Amino acid sequence: MIPAIAPERFAALFEPRGVLVAGVSSHPAKFGFVALHNILTQGYEGAVFGTNLEGGEVLGVPMVRSVDELPTDATIDLVFVCTPASANEALLRAAAERGISAAFITSAGYGEAGDDGRRAEQHLVALAEELGVLLAGPNGQGVVSTPVGLCAQIVAPYPPPGSIAIASQSGNFVSSFQNYARAAGVGVSRAVSAGNAAAVTIADYLEYYALDPRTRVSLAYVEGISDGRAFFERARGVALEKPLVLLKGGTTEGGQRAAASHTGALAADEAVFDGMCRQANVTRAANVEEAFDAAAAFATQPLPRGPRVAVVTTAGGWGVVTADSIARSELQLVDLPDDLRAAIDERLPPRWSRNNPVDLAGGETRDTIPEVLELVAGHPDVDAVVYLGIGIQSNQAGLLCGGRFSSDESVQRIVAYHERQDRRFADAAAEVSAASGKPVLTATELAVCDPENAGPRGVRDSGRYCFPSAQRAVRALEHLWRHARHRQRRGIS
Amino acid sequence: MVRTLSEAESKGVLAAYGVPCVPERVTSDASAAVAAARELGLPVVAKLTGPAVAHKSERGLVRLGLTTEDAVERAATELLAAARPEDGDVGVLVAPMVHGSRELIVGAHRDRQFGACVMVGVGGVLAEAIADVAFRLVPVTTVDAEEMLDDLGGQSLLGAVRGDAPVDRSAVAEILLALSRLLAERADVASVDVNPLLVQRDGSPVAVDALVETTS
Repeated sequence: MIPAIAPERFAALFEPRGVLVAGVSSHPAKFGFVALHNILTQGYEGAVFGTNLEGGEVLGVPMVRSVDELPTDATIDLVFVCTPASANEALLRAAAERGISAAFITSAGYGEAGDDGRRAEQHLVALAEELGVLLAGPNGQGVVSTPVGLCAQIVAPYPPPGSIAIASQSGNFVSSFQNYARAAGVGVSRAVSAGNAAAVTIADYLEYYALDPRTRVSLAYVEGISDGRAFFERARGVALEKPLVLLKGGTTEGGQRAAASHTGALAADEAVFDGMCRQANVTRAANVEEAFDAAAAFATQPLPRGPRVAVVTTAGGWGVVTADSIARSELQLVDLPDDLRAAIDERLPPRWSRNNPVDLAGGETRDTIPEVLELVAGHPDVDAVVYLGIGIQSNQAGLLCGGRFSSDESVQRIVAYHERQDRRFADAAAEVSAASGKPVLTATELAVCDPENAGPRGVRDSGRYCFPSAQRAVRALEHLWRHARHRQRRGIS
Repeated sequence: MVRTLSEAESKGVLAAYGVPCVPERVTSDASAAVAAARELGLPVVAKLTGPAVAHKSERGLVRLGLTTEDAVERAATELLAAARPEDGDVGVLVAPMVHGSRELIVGAHRDRQFGACVMVGVGGVLAEAIADVAFRLVPVTTVDAEEMLDDLGGQSLLGAVRGDAPVDRSAVAEILLALSRLLAERADVASVDVNPLLVQRDGSPVAVDALVETTS
């Protein structure tokens, strides 16, 4: 893939050596304050400067009234713009003069604001091009880059570091995905709100992410696509490099078809868009949760080599509904191979299910779960494992800790044991996955109902994603398999 | 300027790209229709045809299962008598009866957003209501075409059904590839609509009705 914008040009946006915030405010409710605050407080180590009309000092940063008053020895790559649209052309010229090569424009009043706004936007784009400045926005919420601790945005949150790269036509979806990242403990490499995407488009960001060594998977939200065919070609190039998860809002404009053709009448835009995604190996998600789940799975699990799934569970009902989910998907619930059944027989009393789902039925002892996970994941007929039941004992430990017998020494001992065991199980899932090169997905509602439970906490600490339900884990695994299968069928390694 | 080709012309375009079509003859009178039926083999179907003939089923202009030469002669006479002035130049189309319980739809169009597309779906008169369809953008590869069939919800329809053999998936995929080539090579073709693409008892697909639109 040859990106339309050279990756080196993005360095000024995602790894700036210094940042200038234009239009800083001393009022904590204003974007010009929030932007400076967020850059200063989330770990960015480059130099930070600010302009405001009154001068003075905000959050300890001395303000200059105009760009040409900046210290001459300062190295600044990015200007983060919170000034009114009318001020921005002069600002951009001065910034470029000063060696700044990227601008993130939060200002509104452009393409979204009628004919005058559209004209102003065209001028801005032409000027940026003339000056050689990479123009992000306008009307965007900001940019995040965890490798350099950059939180240049006018909204929260700042996500933990990780390998999911986000690009969105809606700024609030950047926040949503980052909120999920925080809760899940599956982090973000880069994130950008494309705003009106007047110069740099979603496809441009995605091409950068595709070649970014800090990124394993891209996660994008799009609404309108102006050139569907070009988007298809570029998305296909991106997905060839690494997985791309797409959430699409609304419908495409296309599809005014010749009324005489029945085919035309059937050609629902949705179906065309869906087919385009399938063809390009773009992972299309139906909703926000599914999009994040898929991205988190791509970020933390190896790709399956086939569709055959084994479920390991400590309780029957969970296994049954998970088997239903698998049956409804493009995955397969593998028939338990005889040698695997025999191997598990040696470790469990006879009441275990003796089939897939592998329901341990309470027969497990201290080491059973790690051993069974290893056996199942290690078997050549199994391509992926879904593990259910983590955190149950720690849940009870929580009650014990909060009850009036919590000071009892035997109670304390068993609490510690349960929590240690659940951490072991979380680690075992990650270890057998790494050893076998197969996805091992852990799911429990405790991930959201009691996120500090030792089970889900252990999964997060192991660098994996603890899915909030088995259904969501199965859906994410199906996305992994589809992606892998698309490559396999086309002979792409 | 959009022009809709007649059924016979449409099938001519598709057959040239390798889409299997029911062999048919366009005849101008009842005795020629009988001769065509004799040549193709009974039983046959007879339809009134012409560039301006529309709503054939609604107007009763399709006669199925004609098993004798007498029946063919009677049907052809009645069809020609039923023609209206606005139908323009008409003839009687004679084709052998084909048998199968399943109908697919295949087609192609030029999407304003994504350009030339090929589609496959569950066909028949309810195709639009069922809306079980899959699209890909031109050019379509063999793997893409096979995956289009996998995308359909009605998978059970594609297997063995009521004594009919499973749908010959690779033959359907070949048709999708043919439509992809057609739209890639002929800029004047605006859309193609084959409905039904009948799945015969042995699983092989054949175009029973087809409509090609061209632009100049």
